[in-house]
This record gives sequence, C-alpha cells and structure tokens, in this order.
Amino acid sequence: MSILEKIKDKLDSKIIDWHEHSEKRMYFSVKPQDIKEVAGLLFNDLSLRFIIASGQDTPKGIEILYHFSFDKTGQIFSARVLIEDKNNPSIESIAPLFKGAEWIEREMWELLGINFIGHPNLKRLLLAEEWPEGKYPLRHST
Amino acid sequence: MSHKVVIPIGPYHPLQEEPELFRLYVEGEKVIDIDIVLGYVHRGIEELSEHKHFDQVAFLVERICGICSSSHPYAYVLAVEDILGGEANVVPERALYIRTIIDELQRIHSHLLWLGLAGHFIGYNTVWMWAWKYREPVLDCFEMICGNRNHYGMSKIGGVRRDIRDEDVPILKKALDDLVPAVNMFKGAVMDDPVIQARLKGVGILTKQQAIDWCVVGPTARASGVNIDVRRDDPYGTYNRVDWNVIVEKEGDVFAKTTVRILELYESISIVRQCLNKMPKGEIDADIKDIPSGEGIGHVEAPRGECFHYVRSDGTNRPIRHKIRAPSYMNVASNKVAAVGGTISDSALALAAVDPCYCCTERLIVLDKHTDKKIMNGWDLIKLSQEKTEKLKKTIK
Repeated sequence: MSILEKIKDKLDSKIIDWHEHSEKRMYFSVKPQDIKEVAGLLFNDLSLRFIIASGQDTPKGIEILYHFSFDKTGQIFSARVLIEDKNNPSIESIAPLFKGAEWIEREMWELLGINFIGHPNLKRLLLAEEWPEGKYPLRHST
Repeated sequence: MSHKVVIPIGPYHPLQEEPELFRLYVEGEKVIDIDIVLGYVHRGIEELSEHKHFDQVAFLVERICGICSSSHPYAYVLAVEDILGGEANVVPERALYIRTIIDELQRIHSHLLWLGLAGHFIGYNTVWMWAWKYREPVLDCFEMICGNRNHYGMSKIGGVRRDIRDEDVPILKKALDDLVPAVNMFKGAVMDDPVIQARLKGVGILTKQQAIDWCVVGPTARASGVNIDVRRDDPYGTYNRVDWNVIVEKEGDVFAKTTVRILELYESISIVRQCLNKMPKGEIDADIKDIPSGEGIGHVEAPRGECFHYVRSDGTNRPIRHKIRAPSYMNVASNKVAAVGGTISDSALALAAVDPCYCCTERLIVLDKHTDKKIMNGWDLIKLSQEKTEKLKKTIK
C-alpha cells in the first residue's frame, strides 16, 4: 500500500477535497475542527515529517496549509484548513503533538492573529515587545 | 542548596556573531532550561516579496542569507516552476547541471566556514585559519562563474543567468583536486584528534526521537540518525544523475555533526566533478514570460538542511503569498533540548553546532499594513536591540 493510499484510507472521512498537483505535490482540505486529529495521524501513525505551516489572509477567511513530507518517496502532502471567522480566528494547536510546530504557531499567532487553542507557550517569536497589540502584519484587511 | 541563575548568551552570539539571545537558566554549572529570543534581524522579506514581481523576488530572497545564498533563490524558483509544471519539464538540461554545481560549491564553502568557526570556538585557531584558507579558492570559483564571491545571482525562473564557460571548467576541476588533500587533512586533524573527540563527544546530544519530534533537518538530523536529504528524496537539478551518498551518523552529539559535515565535503566535491564531466552543451534559459495562477512548493537541501518555499500566484506578475522556511528555523528550536542538561561551557558550542543562521530564521515583517508606513527601520532595530539589552541588564542581575 503506498503512502498515498494509506493517507486516503486513514483520513477518509476527514478529507473534504483532494487535489493532486503532481506526483509529488498533494493538497487536501479538512475541517478546522479536525486538524489536530489529522496532524496526529499524519505525524504519529504514518511517520510523516512536519515541514512547516503557512497562513494566509484570503477573501474567504484565514487559510492555513500544514505541509507534511514523506521523505521515503519525497512526496509533500499539504492539509488545508479555512477559518471563516476573520474577526476572531481560532483553531486547535498541534504543538502538543510534536515540538516542531511550536514556533510556527507562535509566528502565525503574532502575524495573522490566529489563536491557537492549547498551545503550551503562545508568546511573541519575531515581533518586538513594543509592537502594538491587535495589529497583525500579514493581514490584508483591517 | 540549589541556586538558579540566569545567564544571557547574546544578543550577539560569541561564535556566530549574529544577533539572537539565549537565556540560559543554570544551577551551578548545569543548564536546566533555555529560552530562545529571536527577532533582532527581522526584515519583512515575506511581506516584501508580495510587492515585487516574480523575477525580482529571486534577488530578494538571495539576500535572506549570505552563506547559503543559492539555496533560497533556488527553492523559490523551484516553487514557481512547480506552478509551471515542474523544474525538469521547464528548465533546459545545461541549466540543471549549472544549478547543481552552484548548489554544491555553496555547500563546500559553507561547511568549511562552519568548520573554521567551530575550530576557533574550541580554541583550535589553526583549524579556523586553515579552513578559511581552503574556503577562499571556492569563493574564487564563484567569482569566476558569476562575478561575485557570495550572492551569485544565478537563479532565474526557467534557467540560470550565466553560463559556465568552457575555458573555466579545467580551472574549476583543478580547484576541486586541490581541495581533496585539504579535506583529508581536516578529517585527520579533527576526527582523529583525541582532545577534539573528548571535547565534542557526548556534548549537545539530540537523540533520534528528539530529532523527529522537533522536525529538525539537514546535518543536524542526519547526525542523529534521521536519514533524510532532499537531494535524494525529492531530487532537483541533476542529483539523480550523479553518484553520491547521504552521510548519516547515529550519536547526535557535536562530534557527529562535525563528522557529517566533513564527510559531506567529499560527496560535494564528487558531485561537482561529475556534473562538470556530464554537462551537455545547449541553452541555459527557457525564457519564461508569464506565471499562471496556482500554488507551488519548492524545497532544496541547503548546507543547513531543507529550505522550503511556498508560492501562490493569482495570475498577476507578483506572488500573493510567499512562505519561506529556512532550515535553521527548525534546528535552532531544537537547542532547547540539545543544550539543556549540559554545562555552561558546553552550551554555547552546542548552540552553534546546528550551524544556525539567524538571518534566515527571521525574514518577516517591519511594515504596518494598515498605513503602509514603516514602523521600524534599521536604526530603530539597532536601537531596539540595544534597549532590549539594557532592559535585560536591569532585570537580570
């Protein structure tokens, strides 16, 4: 069973849509409330490596892509979530699952204003202490 | 009675001479916790990238790091070429070889740089001077190919900007031939030296499980027995057309990290040689005009590990989102475990063993999006950094 089939099998009910950009680049959407379970399955059960997450302010809401790599085949699987509530975006933190996600969640918190529920140490990473509260540099709209 | 003391290392790291701050919490000689403070060289490159057109961004991201300055533009053009249908389908054959040669020469000079600094730090100034002496001819090779010792300006969407001239090939080969005895010497002088072994073995250990948990990459991961290397796992350039090995060690200490880097020098020399021999004649640029809408991912194995770029295009001439993840972003965070439990004298060495690159790690924002005004400029940042130090001086007495 290839990793692709395993992921589809394990995450079956969670996947909203699946887009195969190329043999090595897969994108799929999941619901925000499922992300912790999905990340846990990918990281712990299927031994994928967490590369990074990338947040983006889109017209529809705040989007986060969680990029995972399966290094044996060099494939990258990116799980996409869309948080529709732009005024108070929040999502469950995946940092309790593995340490590698701690910094990027802190970064997305300060730059995009996403609240990561259950993050062990949600404080500023890059921005200065003097940076005003509630100003999120990567947000496109006020 | 135990007594907790806080020792700040930084904001200027004594070894790397780049601004960051490690707050070490110590009891006696033992480090019990560490707090990593970043942000001193935060330049807003992800945001800036959204205001440049696709061709300019390659130059912009080259400025992220002066040491692995081919890795960032390379990963970026790979991401854009991913939107276009993949590097192998877009870029001419000869350009693929040239990209690989530049990438590997960069690894050689970067590893020699680190080796020198590591030598200096443990008091082996001869290693420092010699490593940098042998790094110099590699920089000369760069100057010959692209006109610059660093910041090569070679990466371009669809190809490379400059060709390697036929008359330069023998000079490159000779430089590589001359480098082999030097690496042999380092291998003997560093890896067989009992004092260095005693100093580096067992220091700053990152176990395999910790390496997986902290998602570290590159030599830091490979020294802990995690067998990953983007060059082999998701080949780009011509890495799948030459013979080479991925170096993996098990111990996870500073000595293993040193070993990985020294042995990788041999592989890099071999890769460049093979590429020079196999390189076909032909075009070096596919002359790409438009970038369609879509999203692309590019990642390369920088000297410090996987360098990852994500680019989204909406069909205009600028990216609408550009996410950059430098290898040090993952590796520096793992210092939290590598340095804890050791002694103060070992900690700075352990902190530097991941070959951290702070400028890579902090490439985000100093702009206020709402007013489009700069909130901080370089001077403000320096002032901020100084103020922060002053503040720390007052709080940590």
